[in-house]
Amino acid sequence: MSDATGLTRLATLKDEPPAAMPGGPADPILVVDHLTMRFGGLTAVGDVSFKVGRGDITALIGPNGAGKTTVFNCITGFYKPTEGMIRLRQREGETYLLERLPGHDVNRLARVARTFQNIRLFPQMTVLENLLVAMHKPLMRASGFSLAGILGLPGYRRAQDEAIAKAAAWIERIGLTHRADEPAGDLPYGDQRRLEIARAMCTDPVLLCLDEPAAGLNPRESADLNTLLRLIRDEFGTSVLLIEHDMSVVMQISDRIVVLDYGIKIADGTPDQIRNDTRVIAAYLGVDDEEVAAVEAEVGLAGTHA
Amino acid sequence: MAQGTTIGPVTPTVSARAASPLPEMFKDAALFALVTLGLSIPVVAYRTDLGQGTGLGLTGRWGLVAGLCAAVFVLRLAQRLVLGEVSRRRDARTLAAADSTAPARVARPGRIIGPLTLVVALTLPLLAALGSGGLSEGRYWIDLGILILTYVMLGWGLNIVVGLAGLLDLGYVAFYAVGAYSYALLSTVFGLSFWLCLPLAGLFAAGFGVLLGFPVLRLRGDYLAIVTLAFGEIIRLVLINWVDFSGGSAGLSSIPRASFFGIPFTAGEGGFASVFGLAFNPMHRVVFLYYLILVLALVTNLVTLRMRRLPLGRAWEALREDEIACRSLGIDTTITKLSAFALGAMFAGFAGSFFAVRQGFVSPESFNFLESAIILAIVVLGGMGSQLGVAVAAIAMVGAPELLRNLGFLKAVFGEGFDPNEYRLLLFGLAMVAMMVWRPRGLISERTPSVRLGARAR
Repeated sequence: MSDATGLTRLATLKDEPPAAMPGGPADPILVVDHLTMRFGGLTAVGDVSFKVGRGDITALIGPNGAGKTTVFNCITGFYKPTEGMIRLRQREGETYLLERLPGHDVNRLARVARTFQNIRLFPQMTVLENLLVAMHKPLMRASGFSLAGILGLPGYRRAQDEAIAKAAAWIERIGLTHRADEPAGDLPYGDQRRLEIARAMCTDPVLLCLDEPAAGLNPRESADLNTLLRLIRDEFGTSVLLIEHDMSVVMQISDRIVVLDYGIKIADGTPDQIRNDTRVIAAYLGVDDEEVAAVEAEVGLAGTHA
Repeated sequence: MAQGTTIGPVTPTVSARAASPLPEMFKDAALFALVTLGLSIPVVAYRTDLGQGTGLGLTGRWGLVAGLCAAVFVLRLAQRLVLGEVSRRRDARTLAAADSTAPARVARPGRIIGPLTLVVALTLPLLAALGSGGLSEGRYWIDLGILILTYVMLGWGLNIVVGLAGLLDLGYVAFYAVGAYSYALLSTVFGLSFWLCLPLAGLFAAGFGVLLGFPVLRLRGDYLAIVTLAFGEIIRLVLINWVDFSGGSAGLSSIPRASFFGIPFTAGEGGFASVFGLAFNPMHRVVFLYYLILVLALVTNLVTLRMRRLPLGRAWEALREDEIACRSLGIDTTITKLSAFALGAMFAGFAGSFFAVRQGFVSPESFNFLESAIILAIVVLGGMGSQLGVAVAAIAMVGAPELLRNLGFLKAVFGEGFDPNEYRLLLFGLAMVAMMVWRPRGLISERTPSVRLGARAR
């Protein structure tokens, strides 16, 4: 990228492909390599490595407090990891070391977008404005960093019309056309969730990180969300990494699942593999591995998996 | 349209329900008057006076009783009418809200008040001259207009920082001071003209805005407020103590007066009056200053309105709403905050250099914390982010104390020694409390979207 400054050049590897890590998808977009995050004496994430396949939907699951959101915050630049590397390789071969980029450049240059566990919209701004804020980078350039825009030059007007058309298309996709000019804070919860995803998509990401997108949604809204996520993967070619507790979402749409427990990766595989993994079940049931069979028999789960 | 085919949506009539019939109201009011009569007979009707002899004499005061009853009657009637109207309006609003097929017509006070204020502002010198019977006699009003417009401009400038970007700035007057001293020093020391100094003063103030912005960027809310407050005091103290540079608390005087693009407002040959073939009048300069500040204020307004529609302006508002979300969308919060600080400071710098050219004298006393507080109060009272609200609040905040000066009739009520001006701050405080109770988000709290999808589709 031509506008790479000195700092970002440091965080950019031109040619070196992500190091071979055994297993995982063949063409990973994101490689999390020995990631460790400590807060004082507490190790929230300990030596976690996994890959996110290009064009896949990868789910990051685990019981509460397993360190999923911490991994997210490291990937999206909100935390600087204590140890480890996070490499993002774009299709054109550009590789970014996300842990070295300043917070906002993770989205601006490396094109990683995210949503938040507790929705973070701009509540007083309208639905349309929320999406236009997400297109800050191209619009800023078109407005000549506000100088051309202040003078009302036609170049900016054209760029804004394009941005509005793109935003309108996303508003239609999430079914909010009739409420486009209302403050985002007035929308029902489910609509706000979808709007936040649309806003993240308006930044043209190569990797979309969703923190519990189905939290608080009813079953129908969850099904809608599945459709939306598949659309994002299939039509826009955006890889998706999501944290989710709702297993109906996770098992149906994930291509790959990574399981964390107490900040350590305990499993990594396809939904079928994860469903039958003893350690995962043990972690979710809150018992030791050896007791799984006994507990399952107790609650009548035995025999549901081979 | 063919007759008989248009059966519009049935508009629900609300007046029948809410507004009580008039005779009923009269009866109610009469009852109140009757109770008043009953109460006032033992209390008011007779006054005991020391009579001629030793006994007490009773003086009948039936006129007063009748007056009281009449007043209660009228007041009760008025109360019923007002309450009826209020509840009728509320019903109408809820019905309109429930009726989703009706297009949502939001009442926009700006539609009427905005242009009206602009027209009055544009014609104020004329109105003042006509109203007071001459240009010189209308000087008071034009001076008041200049004062109000200065605060409107400062309010609009601070609105960028506080209202749009959500950064609480208690030291705004520092930038005003930078602008004023820039002009004062540049013109007296280097002899630069006002039109050259104006952009320079803006640039200097913006520079100071960036200077302040850098160290305080990571602060938020209360902490930012305290640092900006300190910054305002630092500038004032430097101006007081650096006597060689700024003249200390004596200030700088004999600052060159404004000229009409190079033509001075003097009586002699080559002055404004003789060039344009007018009779010399010192008011020409005042009127010129009035239009100068009007243009400056309108430029501030125009730039702010434009900025709101630009990505940077939207980023300011987004920053006010949620800084973390901004970062996740690739917005550089540092640059965004700095730009808001710099632009707001620049307009304060323009206003400051206007202040200096108008007064011909600057001293640190003009830039104390109270000024910052008044400007901030204008922004908060007006409704954060609302341009019209800020203008209205500036008129109220600056114009109202002037109004107090003219309330001579209060002396008749409270006695000869009563000076309404002494109660200025008390009334000011009361108005603030009332605002916070009834309109906690300012006079105009409704946010106008910077862009609408609906309007474009149509």
